[in-house]
Amino acid sequence: MLMNSEGLTGSLIIQSKIVRALLLREILTRYGRHNIGFMWVFVEPMMFTLGVIALWTFLGLHKTALPLVPFTLSGYATVLLWRNTINRCGNAVEPNRALMHHRNVRVIDLFLARNLLEIAGASISFIILLIFFSVIGQIEHVDDVLKMIVAWFLLAWFSLDMALIIGSLSVLNEAVERVWHVLTYLFLPVSGAFFMVDWMPKYAQKLVLWVPTVNCTELLREGIFGSMVHAHYSIRYLSIVNILLMLPGLLLIRYIAARVEGE
Amino acid sequence: MIRITELVKRYPTRHGKVTVLDHVNLTIKKGEKIGILGRNGSGKSTMIRLISGAEQPTAGTIRRTMSVSWPLAYSGAFQGSLTGMDNLRFICRVYGVDFENRIPYVQDFSELGKYLKEPVKTYSSGMMSRLAFAISMAVEFDCFLIDEIMAVGDSRFHDKCNYELFEKRKDRAMIIVSHDSNFIMKHCNHAAVLVAGKLHSFERIDEAMTFYNEHSATV
Repeated sequence: MLMNSEGLTGSLIIQSKIVRALLLREILTRYGRHNIGFMWVFVEPMMFTLGVIALWTFLGLHKTALPLVPFTLSGYATVLLWRNTINRCGNAVEPNRALMHHRNVRVIDLFLARNLLEIAGASISFIILLIFFSVIGQIEHVDDVLKMIVAWFLLAWFSLDMALIIGSLSVLNEAVERVWHVLTYLFLPVSGAFFMVDWMPKYAQKLVLWVPTVNCTELLREGIFGSMVHAHYSIRYLSIVNILLMLPGLLLIRYIAARVEGE
Repeated sequence: MIRITELVKRYPTRHGKVTVLDHVNLTIKKGEKIGILGRNGSGKSTMIRLISGAEQPTAGTIRRTMSVSWPLAYSGAFQGSLTGMDNLRFICRVYGVDFENRIPYVQDFSELGKYLKEPVKTYSSGMMSRLAFAISMAVEFDCFLIDEIMAVGDSRFHDKCNYELFEKRKDRAMIIVSHDSNFIMKHCNHAAVLVAGKLHSFERIDEAMTFYNEHSATV
C-alpha cells in the first residue's frame, strides 16, 4: 500500500505519482472549478495566438509570400511554448513549501509538474488551432508532421532545461526572475518567431543560428511549408545544446533542494 | 526500524552557523514508543523533520526500514488555497492510497461537514487541527511522528484523537516530541532528552524526567 519501493524503477514510480499529484493540484489552484476550469490551460495560450493573428491580419504587417496564418501561428505557438514554460518556474517553490513536509515531494517534482502543465497547455492549443485553421481553409496542408513533432519536442526540451536553470536561480535570488522577464522581451526579435533565416544576409544567418529557438522554428516551418521555404537548422546542434543545458539545471536543483526547508 | 547515526544539523544564521543537533544517535524498533523531551528551541521539531525526511541532515544518516509518517497533525503540511477535500486527495495520491474510501472516515472524524469543500485558509485553527488529524489518520504508517500534538482542539476531540492514535494504533512505533513530561510518561516506553544539541537516552522514563527537570531548571 505504501510506497517503499527501492531502486531506480521504484523511485521512478514514486516520482511519477508525485508529479501527477502535483499536476492535478496545480490545475486546481490555478484554475479552480469555476467556469471552464482546467480548460484554461490551453484556452489561454489559444486566445493569445488568435489575438496576435487577428492583429497581424488587420494591420497588414505581413509582407512575405508565405501564407499569413500558418506563419504567424507557428511563430507565436513556439514563443508561448518556451516563454510560458520558463516563466512559470520563477515561483515554483515558495507557494509549495508546505507540501515538502511530505518526504517524497522534492523540489524537482514541483518544477516538473509546472513545466509539464505549461508544455501540455501550449501543445494542446497549437494542435487545436492547427486543426481549426485547416478546417476553415486557412491552412491548406502541412507538409511533414514528423518534422513538426521533432521540432516541437526539441523546443519543449530546451524550455524545460531553461526553466530548471532560471527557476532555481530565481529561488537563490529574486532579481533573476525580474531580469529574466526583461530579457524575454529583448529576446523576442531574435527568437525566430517573426522571420525565416533565409531572408537574412549570410553573416547574420550564421549568427542567428546559434540561437536554439531559431533552429526549432525553422524546422517546424519546414514541416508546415515543405519546399515553399528554405529552412536552416541543425538537429544535432539542438540535441547537443539540450543535453548540455540539462547539467547545470539539474545541479542547481540539487543545490537548492539542500537549502529549501519546510516552513 | 529507524536507525539514526551521528546525525548533525547546522543552520546558517547571521551570527554564523548554529549547530542544532550535534552527533545524535537513536534507534527505534517496530512498535517501540520513544519520547523526546526538550525545552522550546532545543531542536525537537528539527529532529522530527529530519526523521520524516522533509529536511536533509548536514551530516550523518537516517536509515528507515519501516514507513514513517509526516509530522502528525501538523497543519503546516497542507496547502491553504486548496479545499480540505482536495488536500486529502493530494495526500492520498502522494502516499499512493485510494482516496475514495477514505472520504467517509475524514468527513466523520473531522466533523467539518460542508466546510470540507471550502479552502483550508478560511478555517479556524480548531477546524484546521481537526482536518489535519483526520487526514493524518487516513494514511497508515508503521511509525508515527508526533510533534506536540495534544495542543489540539477541545477536550472531547482530544479524547477522540487519543483513542484513535494510542488505542487503535498501539501496535505502531511512535516518536513523540514534547516539553510535557507527563504526556511522555503516559504513552512512551523510553525517553530521551535534548540538551544543547546532544541527545541523552534513558531506558527508564523517570530517569529521563529527573535529568530533564535538572537541566530545564539550570539552563
